[in-house]
Amino acid sequence: MAKEEEVILLDFWASMFGMRARIALAEKGVSYEYREEDLKNKSQLLLEMNPIHKKIPVLIHNGKPICESRIIVEYIDEVWNDKAPLFPSDTYAKACARFWTDFIDKKVYLNGRNLLFKAEGEEHEASKKEFIDSLKLIEGELGEKPYFGGESFGYLDVSLIPFYTWFHSYEIYGKLNIEQECPKLIGWVKRCIQKESVSNVLPESVKVLGFVQQARKRLGLDE
Amino acid sequence: MVQEELILVNFWSSPFGCRVKIALEEKGIPYEYKEEDLFNKSPLLSTINPVYNKVPVLVHNGKSVCESLNIVEYIDEVWSDRSTSFLPSDPYERSQARFWADFIDKELYEASKKIYRCKGEEQESGKKDVLRILKLVEGELGNKPFFGGDNLGFVDISLIPFYSRFYTWETFGKFSIEEECPILVSWAKRCSEKESVAKSLVDPIKIYDFILYLNNYLTK
Repeated sequence: MAKEEEVILLDFWASMFGMRARIALAEKGVSYEYREEDLKNKSQLLLEMNPIHKKIPVLIHNGKPICESRIIVEYIDEVWNDKAPLFPSDTYAKACARFWTDFIDKKVYLNGRNLLFKAEGEEHEASKKEFIDSLKLIEGELGEKPYFGGESFGYLDVSLIPFYTWFHSYEIYGKLNIEQECPKLIGWVKRCIQKESVSNVLPESVKVLGFVQQARKRLGLDE
Repeated sequence: MVQEELILVNFWSSPFGCRVKIALEEKGIPYEYKEEDLFNKSPLLSTINPVYNKVPVLVHNGKSVCESLNIVEYIDEVWSDRSTSFLPSDPYERSQARFWADFIDKELYEASKKIYRCKGEEQESGKKDVLRILKLVEGELGNKPFFGGDNLGFVDISLIPFYSRFYTWETFGKFSIEEECPILVSWAKRCSEKESVAKSLVDPIKIYDFILYLNNYLTK
């Protein structure tokens, strides 16, 4: 008989980092309790479980917190190691997957955020260029493979696919066309969203856009 | 025995490169060291690290591994038969070690730069930030001799290179880290007694002189 597992995910529906954890849990077929956080009014539980960063996502497994999405996904892969391995067995391939996930967090996320939430001008233009260049570099890493993980969906696929829900917003406020710039990457996206673990988890792009529009209004960027 | 080609491309003062040196020394693996001139980067660096063009880079049988914590994990996994693992075997403990190393990586270096590059309010905020980080990390150490327990672990390796910079931070910031974080400084001294660390840490005075030189160079 399986041991009683208590798995709770503190998350925010639009967070691409939270989506990583949700996809990983779905890949492994783990039952868990999803708890939506109001980021303007964070719960006592979140503040206790992640006192240093006070951020989502936080995975709470049998009362113990794991923070930071990349660390959460590795943890999920190590604990529920009976199916759907997310990491390749080759150590060098693992190092590459970790390297590119870190790159996504540093370059795609931060530049993407500037595209959405900075006023037009020099900084915005510079972020747009870096954003496109970053996506092209990642597309280069995909090469001819069906997934970043090779034949199967893996850690780097999990790390990047959530950003797809934000593409529509990046395109509008960055005035760019991601499919034109990175057609192979969009091919990979279409492949990924056929997986249940992805399509059941990802919110609609139009909902994310609504969220972005509200945030921009609050920042005084639009009327 | 397979001939391994292992090259570490680094710059002597980098605390990130120092992490890799300690990891290699802990495992007792022979390697070739290549010093990179950061003021005049070689074409080699852009071929082995085309994404960031930064050090350190570990080149193992022609394949590059970049980003210091990534390199340390790679070394731990490839040479898992040599020395105790840097990361614990329990997945939860592993996640915590990764968390603290990531925390140090995200915040300490950037905060510390404010101490020696800025003045006034900016400098004060850098000091406060560095102390906040060190105190949190000290709390995580608790009563253990090392973050890794009885042996140097992933968090020890991530943090100890910054010990070479304590003198610089204290001198610029006019404060004493030992007074604020006595347990952490004891830990640092304990780490420095380990051969792998003693061989790899840079002399604090050399770091201080270099930072003075850089400050002058950057203002020109």
